[in-house]
Amino acid sequence: MAALLKARGLTAHYGPIQVLFGIDFEVAEGGITTILGANGAGKTTTLRAVCGMIKTGGELSFSGNNIKGMATEDVVRKRIAHVPDGRGTFTGLSVEENLRLGAYTRRDRDAIAADMDRVFEYFPLLAGRRQQQAGTLSGGEQQMLAIGRALMLHPVLMLLDEPSFGLAPLVVQDLFNILRTINREQGISMLLVEQDASLALELADSAYLLETGRVVMSGDADVLRNDEAVRKAYLGY
Amino acid sequence: MDLFIQLVVAGLAAGGIYASLALALVMIHEATELINFAQGEMAMFSTYLAWTMINAGFPYWAAFFLTVGISFVGGVVIERVIIRPFERAAIFTLIVVFIALLLIFNGLAGWIWTYTIKSFDSPFPEAPLVLMEGVSVRMHDVGAIGVTLVVLLLLYLFFRFTPIGLAMRAAAQDPTSSKLVGIRVGWMLALGWGLAAAIGAVAGMMVAPIVFLDPSMMAGILLYGFASALLGGINNPGGAVAGGFIVGVFENLIGAYMPFIGNELKLTVALAIIIVVVIFRPGGLFGKVAVSRV
Repeated sequence: MAALLKARGLTAHYGPIQVLFGIDFEVAEGGITTILGANGAGKTTTLRAVCGMIKTGGELSFSGNNIKGMATEDVVRKRIAHVPDGRGTFTGLSVEENLRLGAYTRRDRDAIAADMDRVFEYFPLLAGRRQQQAGTLSGGEQQMLAIGRALMLHPVLMLLDEPSFGLAPLVVQDLFNILRTINREQGISMLLVEQDASLALELADSAYLLETGRVVMSGDADVLRNDEAVRKAYLGY
Repeated sequence: MDLFIQLVVAGLAAGGIYASLALALVMIHEATELINFAQGEMAMFSTYLAWTMINAGFPYWAAFFLTVGISFVGGVVIERVIIRPFERAAIFTLIVVFIALLLIFNGLAGWIWTYTIKSFDSPFPEAPLVLMEGVSVRMHDVGAIGVTLVVLLLLYLFFRFTPIGLAMRAAAQDPTSSKLVGIRVGWMLALGWGLAAAIGAVAGMMVAPIVFLDPSMMAGILLYGFASALLGGINNPGGAVAGGFIVGVFENLIGAYMPFIGNELKLTVALAIIIVVVIFRPGGLFGKVAVSRV
């Protein structure tokens, strides 16, 4: 499979503090790649680097075009949808308004309406709460809304930052099943950052292990799952 | 009783103007958490533009809409050119910038049009509207209330139903998430300045026939607008409008029925409202109290 997103020697700083020390990774077209690692390894920063939320060095290309140094608003227009940590929902706006905002950069009205229907198919819970203020949703529902909002962009690539964070195990299982369905049905590629390594490795087809801003291991998700060191450190058995 | 009704209607007319200005203040505050002290002077400057056009022979409503348009563009340009460079500056820096803007507009207006008071025509008929036997109100008051309500309705429709309006609300609420859906947040802010300037222009043109046109005509009005915004809730546009009408009526009644206040101390009422609200109900009547973790 051809690489959709490709990073070479990617670096990133928060002020004087360097967080990423030249990492290489790829997301295949139609594939799901996961980045694993402990707190502070640089997972969230990697996603922020991809969508131009932080100054970065190195190379970063999407569909063969350079996207490094591009403003976030322009990266979005390449149809890269980011579901950030903290979900990034507009808590003061209604569910429907959040979804409409997801399609802000699009002008194809009919397709937008169809996509909104599809989001409500994936997440029937949201359908009954169209007019409800997003801030009053439960954590799980807010995460669904965040993913729904990302889908409204009609994305080619989705960046997911710890979608399981703070959710009950059953809700998480549900959410990951839906992510798999979205990937298969719509062919949307995904770059997934997770602390729950076993969950992420189940969903993904390739994986990178990040330690203090460096890639220490990479390969097929299956290979990492069966690696003894990974199992001990991240899977806990 | 007749007097009472007349005072209330006149109060509502003034209140509509305070409401417009309060709304302009709230719009900038929503996006930046700051009060634009130059809002009143910008409105005054717009009113002078309208006066110049009318004197040059433009029909009133042509001048009115041209002024609103020019003010909108002017507001956008001011944000882009003057406010934008201070994007990351401290609050006090920006307040100084606002005060500088206030002084610049005041001085500029005096320099161009001199400080002599000018009369500004009302577009509404001279003859008062007779509500009932013995109770009549100025047509201008009724017209000003009508214009205010139309502006409010248009704004409501804009924010509620258009994609740009929705994007502006989103950008004010959460700039980071807004960028993630592709909203150009900086431009939304400029648009907010444009809208605020346009609303201010309407307020200026509605108040000028009552207070006459001079470079300092908005100083007091801005104070009332500020009191209205605070009373209604600085983070609640609807509340700010309600606050405007309440302040307008209250100020008019108190001026008439409490002789020691009269016309001279009316402005003090605005200040008193500000102080009382800040002490007893910082969130205003309809606003939410902002609690922030420090």
